[in-house]
Amino acid sequence: MEHIRMPKVENVRLLDRLSSRRAVVGTLYLTATHVIFVENGSETRKETWVLHSQISSIEKQATTATGCPLLIRCKNFQVIHLVIPQERDCHDVYISLIRLARPVKYEELYCFSFNPKLDKEEREQGWKLVDLNEEYNRMGVPNNYWQISDVNRDYGVCDSYPTEVYVPKSATAHIIVGSSKFRSRRRFPALSYYCKGNNASICRSSQPLSGFSARCLEDEQMLQAIRKANPGSDFIYVVDTRPKLNAMANRAAGKGYENEDNYSNIKFQFIGIENIHVMRNSLQKMLEVCELKSPSMSDFLWGLENSGWLKHIKAIMDAGIFIAKAVAEEGVSVLVHCSDGWDRTAQVCSVASLLLDPYYRTMKGFMVLIEKDWVSFGHKFNHRYGNLDGDPKEISPVIDQFIECVWQLMEQFPCAFEFNERFLIHIQHHIYSCQFGNFLCNSQKERRELKIKERTYSLWAHLWKNRADYLNPLYRPDHSQTQGTLHPQIAPCNFLYKFWSGMYNRFEKGLHPRQSVTDYLMAVKEETQQLEEELEVLQERLANLQRSQSGNNKVKSKQQDRSKQFGLYTSNNSLANTPQEYSNDLKSFPSRSPSQGDEDSALILTQDNLKSSDPDLSANSDQESGVEDLSCRSPSGGGCLPSEDSGKDSDEAVFLAG
Amino acid sequence: MEFAELIKTPRADNVVLHRPFHLAVEGTLCLTGHHLIFSSRRRDNAEELWLLHSNIDSIEKRFVGSLGTIVIKCKDLRIIQLDIPGMEECLNIASSIEALSTLDSVTLMYPFFYRPMFEVQEDGWSSFLLEQEFEHLSSVTNEWRLSCVNKEFSVCPSYPPVVIVPKSIDDEALRKVALFRYGGRFPVLSYYHKKNGMAMMRSSQPLTGTNGRRCKEDEKLINATLRSGRRGFVIDTRPLTVAQQARAKGGGFEQEVHYPQWRRIHKYIERFHILQESFIKLVEACNDQSHNMDRWLSKLEASNWLTHIKELLTAACLAAQCIDREGASVLVHGSEGTDSTLQVTSLAQIILDPKCRTIRGFEALVVREWLQAGHPFQQRCAQSAYSNSKQKWEAPVFLLFLECVWQIHRQFPCSFEFNEHFLILLFEHAYASQFGTFLGNNESERAKLKLPQKTMSLWSWVNRPEELSRFQNPLYEANSLVIWPSVAPQSLQLWEGVFLRWNRPSRFLEEAEEERINIIKYNKELQAKVNALRRQLAEMEADGVVQ
Repeated sequence: MEHIRMPKVENVRLLDRLSSRRAVVGTLYLTATHVIFVENGSETRKETWVLHSQISSIEKQATTATGCPLLIRCKNFQVIHLVIPQERDCHDVYISLIRLARPVKYEELYCFSFNPKLDKEEREQGWKLVDLNEEYNRMGVPNNYWQISDVNRDYGVCDSYPTEVYVPKSATAHIIVGSSKFRSRRRFPALSYYCKGNNASICRSSQPLSGFSARCLEDEQMLQAIRKANPGSDFIYVVDTRPKLNAMANRAAGKGYENEDNYSNIKFQFIGIENIHVMRNSLQKMLEVCELKSPSMSDFLWGLENSGWLKHIKAIMDAGIFIAKAVAEEGVSVLVHCSDGWDRTAQVCSVASLLLDPYYRTMKGFMVLIEKDWVSFGHKFNHRYGNLDGDPKEISPVIDQFIECVWQLMEQFPCAFEFNERFLIHIQHHIYSCQFGNFLCNSQKERRELKIKERTYSLWAHLWKNRADYLNPLYRPDHSQTQGTLHPQIAPCNFLYKFWSGMYNRFEKGLHPRQSVTDYLMAVKEETQQLEEELEVLQERLANLQRSQSGNNKVKSKQQDRSKQFGLYTSNNSLANTPQEYSNDLKSFPSRSPSQGDEDSALILTQDNLKSSDPDLSANSDQESGVEDLSCRSPSGGGCLPSEDSGKDSDEAVFLAG
Repeated sequence: MEFAELIKTPRADNVVLHRPFHLAVEGTLCLTGHHLIFSSRRRDNAEELWLLHSNIDSIEKRFVGSLGTIVIKCKDLRIIQLDIPGMEECLNIASSIEALSTLDSVTLMYPFFYRPMFEVQEDGWSSFLLEQEFEHLSSVTNEWRLSCVNKEFSVCPSYPPVVIVPKSIDDEALRKVALFRYGGRFPVLSYYHKKNGMAMMRSSQPLTGTNGRRCKEDEKLINATLRSGRRGFVIDTRPLTVAQQARAKGGGFEQEVHYPQWRRIHKYIERFHILQESFIKLVEACNDQSHNMDRWLSKLEASNWLTHIKELLTAACLAAQCIDREGASVLVHGSEGTDSTLQVTSLAQIILDPKCRTIRGFEALVVREWLQAGHPFQQRCAQSAYSNSKQKWEAPVFLLFLECVWQIHRQFPCSFEFNEHFLILLFEHAYASQFGTFLGNNESERAKLKLPQKTMSLWSWVNRPEELSRFQNPLYEANSLVIWPSVAPQSLQLWEGVFLRWNRPSRFLEEAEEERINIIKYNKELQAKVNALRRQLAEMEADGVVQ
């Protein structure tokens, strides 16, 4: 609290990003964990809550006649534009936020104060929801070829690996340790996914320290052991996910890639995925495009292309597709690495697993997948997502890209996933929110030292509790798309990769479809379930009646008008659908009251209606509800008529274009 | 003329058909006067492909030894390849296809030969009469009348024989106004907004010329749509400069001095060859086989197609906004009033009028605002994106309209009674069809061709329950409100159903659609069962009480 110079500022204006004329006045509060804006409005007093950990940048702009503008950009792609009347207040808020948004100790993070009012047992249960031991057993290991190794039990070999890793049975401790010494950060080859059907596997590691000519017998034996663990195949693929040039440059630093001549029976393959710096810049460029005020179609498409974002997404997907194909169709094991083996390697292994195994396309399986390929193998969440103040060059949207790959797949295979888009968006949100302990720190070792499981709650339990919100209505366990390997189209289907406005313009609800097919179908399915139950009851009653023949056993009929109930979701809509600014020409039109609008709230079933069931909210005092409300208002802009004008009916003003 | 003269080789065996996402199939190729028919002999997978010659946009032939290959590019954007053994056969077939797909006489077109295999339950030619529309209108307002001034197509050759005009304007005045408007297209009622009594009119540009000619009757006509003390909007679909230049050629725009109660807004909508080029570029981009993501996005951008979509939607939203939000009457026109004008008026109705979002209502809209309003379908849709002819009257004006409807549909997926396939169907039939509906350029030409007597209407076929079910949107729930789409670039997408229809894997998407249908169907079945049971129980219980 000592960092809060200014706990409360009144008469702050919250601007609408798309229409500067639609601003609301309210009070800004700074708390230890949140920035809160409360609208002055009469009854509603809408609230906008933003977690400090979500803030990615704060920009203080030049003071104008109306006040001092403050722009807050969030890691979940929300942009908040405030105007604070006094320059001094603005400065204080700015300085406070700069500090609050960059905590230096883990203890400052929200998860250590977040209390969803669960008892200890419930918390422990929550952490047990995802169990990696169980997961490896599900995959089919340990078995004749793979065993668990305790060589890293005290993080003695590799401090960014988990204590328990699966390695080929023929890989002795000596081989593992030897191999680890020949790999960046000692990240030796370990099992990521095992394909029960044909013994092929996906293993992961970091780059070898091969330089221009170095060799390591144990490392060669290690790869040999991986090959032997798949008796059906006489070689393995070694996939280096970096662009060839990058990998070659690493040789000069004593690192590099496997020389095919030194390793018996490997096929080496580069797949050019760019590094974290390129990706960070790419996202930055794309977000600039998203932030453009009324961009033309060309501005948008040109900017999107120029950002290179979709090209990078496709590169990751292509790598995943290559590996999945090698495993499923050729039955060949694959060793994947990049430089350190914790970014691109994590992306590619998890995309491949997702394609290969329908389990990972279920809600529970997806949690397991993230836990396996990202959390346990030491993806540096803290550094990449800037949870604690650190080197800005370490920040990069690595897991965001993976999440987007999943969304792209969902678009191509609408029936293949048990979960829906919202699930992905909420996971992304919580990777940055630090509300749950799952993604804290850079490794399992650090998390254990911090006693995360004892002191914080698990996101997975939270999402699981609200799973009804995250279901994909088109998913059926017996559907063909939920069986076996997914085969996405590779070339020449560039056009299959689309801009994800649901994520990157997440808070501009006016840009999204106004009616959600997913929510509609979920409502129908829910009703279907009720009907099934009622049908059963009715049939039973009918049987009873027929049996008794007499009218004596009359049960009070629970007559409800289903259709009325069903009709709810057409009338119970909250989001006003109003015209956008289609023309600047209408500015000075003698207008009628712009308030007539609400009768047009055509809106049926947008995600906002689920506000109450939004996990972020239900558990935690409506954190986001204000945000949701705010964003409902934003882009649709309630018409082009400034209310100030509504009184004047005489107008000489000419709005002739040209 | 006998088609047989054009067909030297009516049949070829061992022809191999190649299509994207399908295995190559061997079979027999037959040519008839109107169709190219390919049938495969394979017992396990017998299939037939029937292609209307009029659907063929261009053909290319090449030879490797004596094996000829014909690549056929269709107006519905599909591309197929036929490998035909024998150089002579291949040449004959190619030249027959070329001749048969470019017949210049309308009366040789397939609709004049087509004999339907179904029983006509309702003649589509008389399904959507303006008289019925008017009857409907009369029940809410008496400010309008039906005029037969154009009975013989003598006042305006591109208008239908009857039009709806303000009651206070007599036919004599209409004749004068017609002389003041390009092509005789005097302002007529396009849409009446029941909610507030505002009207949308459409016309062509006024012929003011350089010396600012005026026409009192014209002023009186459009003023007749205004409430006292209120203003109206003229939405001119040309930029101001173009409108000004038009004066030199005798055209022009409504000047403030003569139309003081009207405010003009210029909303530029592209026309003619610009659109056609954009269409061609987009289709090229979609068919590009390269692996490079950058090239795809830059080609999409360079085609400008989505820019046209955005502009068009914006103009339509603006018109709708003037009517619904400003409570103002609107007059829409460009130059001729047969293209961008109709795009704007029909899209505005989709936004404003829930009826237009039903199947029947949408058909009526297409008939009223496109066919009867004199959009020259035959000229505009003579060729599609693969043609090299580059005639200046060819333009995908109707396709752009359909795509805009699709964009709105995508944003309001539960508010339309029809599905995407219905829009695609209209696109296909506008370019090549067994039905006479889209033949001719206006009602006058259709009357001369005696289309209603000699051809079958698309509506006769599509409105049969067994066909209709394919075009119904399972998610539809009548929505009586105005629907305001977003026109931000993030909200607009490429219409994959048309542009990627033949070159994307569609199985998974089709399965998803099936799943959606099944979810709704199962729900409805259950509902029916539960209701029936409830009734039965109630009866039994009532009987029990009586006993």
